[in-house]
Amino acid sequence: MQQNTAPATPIVSLRDVQKSFGPLKVLDGVSFAVERGEVLAIIGRSGSGKSTALRCIDRFEKVDGGEIIVCGHRVDLPDVDLRALRQDVGIVFQSYNLFPHLTIEQNITLAPCSVKRMTAAQAKELAQKVLAQVGLEEKLHAYPEQLSGGQQQRAAIARSLAMQPKVMLFDEVTSALDPELTAEVLKVIKQLAADGMTMVMVTHEMGFAKSIADRIVFMHRGKVHETGLASMLAAPKTPELTQFVGTGNLKS
Amino acid sequence: MGIQLDFPAVLERWPSFLAGAALTLELALFATVLGALFGTLVAVGRGAHRAPIARACKVYVEAIRNTPLLVQIFLVYFGLASIGLKLSAFSVAIAALTINVGAYTAEIMRAGFEAIPRGQIEAAEGLALSRFQIYWHIILLPAVERVYPALTSQFVLLMLASSVCSQISAEELTAVANYIQSDTYRAFETYIVVAVLYIILSLMMRAGFWGLGLVLFPRRRRLGTLL
Amino acid sequence: MGGHLNINHLLFLGHGALWTIGLSLIALIGGGIAGFVIALARISPLKSVRIASATYVQLIQGTPLLVILFLGYSGLAAIGLRVSPLIAAGASLTLYVAAYLGEIWRGSIQSVPKPQWEAAEGLALSRTQRMTKVILPQAIRIATPPTVGFMVQIIKNTSLASVVGFVELMRSGQIVNNSLFEPFAIYAIIAVVYFAMCYPLSLFSQRLERRMGRGRINLGTA
Repeated sequence: MQQNTAPATPIVSLRDVQKSFGPLKVLDGVSFAVERGEVLAIIGRSGSGKSTALRCIDRFEKVDGGEIIVCGHRVDLPDVDLRALRQDVGIVFQSYNLFPHLTIEQNITLAPCSVKRMTAAQAKELAQKVLAQVGLEEKLHAYPEQLSGGQQQRAAIARSLAMQPKVMLFDEVTSALDPELTAEVLKVIKQLAADGMTMVMVTHEMGFAKSIADRIVFMHRGKVHETGLASMLAAPKTPELTQFVGTGNLKS
Repeated sequence: MGIQLDFPAVLERWPSFLAGAALTLELALFATVLGALFGTLVAVGRGAHRAPIARACKVYVEAIRNTPLLVQIFLVYFGLASIGLKLSAFSVAIAALTINVGAYTAEIMRAGFEAIPRGQIEAAEGLALSRFQIYWHIILLPAVERVYPALTSQFVLLMLASSVCSQISAEELTAVANYIQSDTYRAFETYIVVAVLYIILSLMMRAGFWGLGLVLFPRRRRLGTLL
Repeated sequence: MGGHLNINHLLFLGHGALWTIGLSLIALIGGGIAGFVIALARISPLKSVRIASATYVQLIQGTPLLVILFLGYSGLAAIGLRVSPLIAAGASLTLYVAAYLGEIWRGSIQSVPKPQWEAAEGLALSRTQRMTKVILPQAIRIATPPTVGFMVQIIKNTSLASVVGFVELMRSGQIVNNSLFEPFAIYAIIAVVYFAMCYPLSLFSQRLERRMGRGRINLGTA
C-alpha cells in the first residue's frame, strides 16, 4: 500500500462520465481518480455500474458523456489510439479468457511478440519471469484446460503483466472461483500491490478490499455515493452504503 | 433370374481405372485447397463492416447451396466458352468444384468463427493485438481446429461429387467407367468396381486428413480433446 | 438470349420442374420409410443388425450418387429387368436417401437426452413402448430441421437423374437447348427455378433450427 507523495496528475481520472444502454442509464455522472501506485477498489451491488465503469477505462465500453484520461490518453474521444492505450493498461476478466488452443507460454508470449516485436527468446524469458511472479513456473507448457480455475486466473494475470502495463484493471476476478481457489489469486494481487502496481479492482471480496485498497469507491445505481479510505465502511455516511454494508453483500 | 457377371473382363482394364482414380484425386485436392482458401475469405467477408461485401458473400453462398452442382458445372462451362475462354475440361472442372465447395466451406468456417467466445476477443483486444492479429490468432486458427471434422467431411463429399464432372468430359473415374462399360458391355460390373474404388478413395482421404490433423493441431495430439 | 424462347419451351421446362418435384417426393417417401427402418436397425440390440445397417450406410455414403444411379440402372438390366428411367432413378434415389436420412434420424434418436431414456425404463415400459411413447416423439422434433434441410439435397440430387435419361428439369433444359442453342441462358433459367424450389426450404429449415435451439433447452428441463 504505497501512497504517492509527489503532487502528480492522477494516472486515471474519470470526470462526470455518462453511459446509457438504450433507455437504461448505467453511469450517471461518475467521477473518481487514481494516483500512480494507488490501489482503488470499486464496490457496489450488481447493476450499480461498477463493471461498466471499469470497462470504460480500457474502452471496452464507449461513454456518452464526460471525460476519461488514462496514462495521458483521452479515452472518451473517438479517435483514441486503442492499441497504445492497451499497452499501458492491462485488464483481467472474471472468466479469465485464456486462449484454449495455446499453451500457457504461448498465451503469454503472443502479445509481446506480435505487438512489441520481441524475439521468441526474449518473450520466453519474460514468460518464465511473470509465471514465477504468480507461482506457476512449472505450467509453462500446459494448456489452459489442464489448470484449475485459480491457476488459470493467475496465468491470466501473468499474461497481462507480460505487457508491462502502467495500470492494471481487475473485473471481479475471483467471483467465478471456489473459495479455496480465491485465496491463491488474492495473494498474487496483494504482492502486485506491494510491488507498486497501480490497480483498479471491482470486487466483492470486502475483507481483501479493506486490507489492500488505498481507497474505496462505492457505487449505487450509476452514481458514486461515497469514496474514502477503507475505514469509511465502518462508518457509512449514506443510507445506500449503510444498507450495502449491512446486508451481507460482502464477503469478509 | 440368371445373372452372369464377368468381372475379369472389366478388371483387366485396371490401368484406365487407376488413371481415372488419379485424376479424381487431383481434381479433389486442387479444388479442396483452392476452395478452402476461397471459402475462408468468403466467411471473413460475411462479417465485413461494409454491407455490400457482406451481402455479396451471403448471396454467393445461398446461390451455390440452393442449386445443383450439375447446373453449376454447365454454367461455368458454357459461361467461360461464351466469353471466349477455351479451357481444358480439367480446368473447368476445378473452377466449378472450387466455386461449389467454397460456399460450403464458408458456411462451416462461419459457424466456427461464431463459436469463438466474445471474452477471448476482448482479452486479445486488452493485450493491444491488432485487428488482423486477433483475426488470425484468436479467431481463424482455433475455428479451423474446431470445425476440422466438418471441413474434412465436406472435402470427402467433394471428391465424390467430382463424379459429376464426367458430364463435361473430364476424364475422371466415372467418365472412365462410362467408357469402359460401353466398350466391354459389362455395365454393372464396371460400376461395382468403380464404386469400390470410390470407397477406397474416401477411406484414403479420411486417413490423410486425420494424419494432417495430428500434424496441424498439437493440442489435439497431446490432449486428445476437442476444442 | 436467342429471342426464340417461346411459351412452349417454358411449358416444357415447367413440366420438367413438376417431374423434379415428383421424383423428389418418391425419393423422400420411399427413402423415408427405408431410412426409418435403417435408423432403428442402427440402434438395434442385435449386433448383426447393427453391423449390417452400418455397412449399408457406409457403402452408400462412400459412393457418388451418379455411380449409384448407374448401378441401379445397369443392375436392373443385368437381372433382365428393362425399366423406365423413372423407376430406375426412383429406386436408386430411394436407396441413397435411405442411407442419409437413416443417419440423420439415428443421430436424432440418440440426441434425445439420456435422462429421458432412463425415465422411460424406470417406468417399466417395454422397449417398443419406450420408443413409441417417449423417445420417438422427441426424436421427431429434433430431426425436423435437418430433415427439411436434407429435402433441399434431394431436390438438387434429382438433377442427376437426367444422366440416366429421366426427363426432369435438367433434362428438359438439355432438350430445349438442343433446339435453341443458348446453353448459358437456359441453364441460368434452370438455376433460378431450382433456387426458387430450394431456398424457401433452406430458410424454413434454418428457422426450425433456431426454434429448436430454444426447444431443446425446454426438453432438458421437462
